[in-house]
Amino acid sequence: MNLSNISWRKLGLNAGVPLVILIALIFVPFYGSWADYGITLFSLFLVYIILAVAWAMFTGSTGYLSLATAAFYGIGFYAAALLYPAEGALVPLFVVVLVGAAVSFVLAFIVGAITLRLKGIYFAMFTLGLVLLMYQVVNYWLISVLGIRGIVVALESNEVIYYYLVGILVVSILVAYFIKRSKWGLALRSIGDNEEAAAHTGVNVTMIKILVFAISAALMGAVGVIVATKTTYVDANTAFNPMISFSPALMAIFGGMGNLYGPAIGATIFTYIQEILQTGSLKNYYMLIFGLILIATILYLPSGMMGLIQNLWNRIKGARRRALTRG
Amino acid sequence: MLEVKKLSAGYGNIQILWDVSLKVNEGEIVALIGGNGAGKSTLVRTITGLLPANSGTVEFLGKSIDGLEPHKIAELGISHIPEGRKIFTDMSVMENLEMGAYPKNAWKNKKNTLKKVYEMFPRLKEREKQLARTFSGGEQQMLAMGRGLMSQPKLCIIDEPSNGLAPMVVMEVFEIIQSMRKQGITILLIEQNVKQTLEISDRAYVLENGRIVMEGDCATCLASEHIKKAYLGL
Repeated sequence: MNLSNISWRKLGLNAGVPLVILIALIFVPFYGSWADYGITLFSLFLVYIILAVAWAMFTGSTGYLSLATAAFYGIGFYAAALLYPAEGALVPLFVVVLVGAAVSFVLAFIVGAITLRLKGIYFAMFTLGLVLLMYQVVNYWLISVLGIRGIVVALESNEVIYYYLVGILVVSILVAYFIKRSKWGLALRSIGDNEEAAAHTGVNVTMIKILVFAISAALMGAVGVIVATKTTYVDANTAFNPMISFSPALMAIFGGMGNLYGPAIGATIFTYIQEILQTGSLKNYYMLIFGLILIATILYLPSGMMGLIQNLWNRIKGARRRALTRG
Repeated sequence: MLEVKKLSAGYGNIQILWDVSLKVNEGEIVALIGGNGAGKSTLVRTITGLLPANSGTVEFLGKSIDGLEPHKIAELGISHIPEGRKIFTDMSVMENLEMGAYPKNAWKNKKNTLKKVYEMFPRLKEREKQLARTFSGGEQQMLAMGRGLMSQPKLCIIDEPSNGLAPMVVMEVFEIIQSMRKQGITILLIEQNVKQTLEISDRAYVLENGRIVMEGDCATCLASEHIKKAYLGL
């Protein structure tokens, strides 16, 4: 990867806000009486933030709508089920995370090589088909070959789960940042803009698409491993749940994909809304409200929450500048 | 520099090009003219690697480039300024130009090349932060040509640059093409604007129904009865 596009001084400045957020995240488990619920809630935030950031890394710039998130997330679940069962872990947890990531990477690479020449809705349909296919194959293998329905995974403490998620988040953000700022980021955007022209300017279109698709899949697989040690019971329904393909995508669109913060903000807001609604009396209305907000976003905020914030900020700056020149 | 020998190509069962041969020597401007549907764009797509040939070969600098992928061909020093500009509309002018320097060797020199391109197209410099989608047709053509130059090409294939532009702008575009040649870039110019094209080119090929029906220096072509009748309306 060519990193000459990155200005290291700017990186230092840009690192300020994320660093503060990271330090705040590290101290979440120490907030006294609230801590237990806090860790669980923040773990949920992190899961969706990572999935949304990973999804936007590929789809946000290339415009190839991938609905395969659940397939890679589910691979993570089964990596945990097979290597980290309740009867006794075969390898340490971080190895399981790496295996989940690696298997997802390889599967995405193969799937990408076959399907990334499909355009638009056909690619979206194939990736959703992949989730359903994984579900069927794994279900068949469990029930007909092994004669079981689910596998119990070793339970990890809330703190371990939380810090693993923080670690995966840091890796995801760094990867997303470096891809965005490098020559690859420019190439990905050019593919989303005009793929044929991108090929003519010298971009190895196929290779870049497949690699970034696979990198984003690896992150999704890593998250799956950790979530499995939290839910502890793994079956095909929880592992390959199509909602995992849709939710992070919708969260990223809501947050806005022109910026790294967008998917993270979208994921945080929606996870919190979900949490409030599901613990309150509006339990069954979550998807309805999610849907309405999303329709409003697509109609009125085409660049998402980040676009709105940016607009407001520009307006404030503009007003201040006008006031200064007048004064 | 570029030699196409007995090239046949098409889409699926439909053959478009039939035994097309043409040659571009170093330092020349060679015109390829022909009407709509003659196969001009198919020929360009085959040379630049987007479309596989059914038979025949393409050589660049004495080496076969058959079957190479488009990005490899771009790295060898063939730059394609496509029909309909195909600029990156959601990128700024500067990002469009940076994309032009994508091949490895060009990327290293991109700062210097950018300076040169801005000298040629001062208007691009003035608007370097502007989104390319806000440009007029003429400005988009300038941007597409600037982007094509950013790869420091040896050969530039320019596909219908005058398409849809006002006569004044067309003149400007043709002047730029001549100044590109002065900088040592060889040019294959595909055009429907026959008269002006023949005036600035050294040699010309005429493509009709997928076959080369005439070739020669431009003066001969301009004098030919067939060209006068079919393309110049005389």
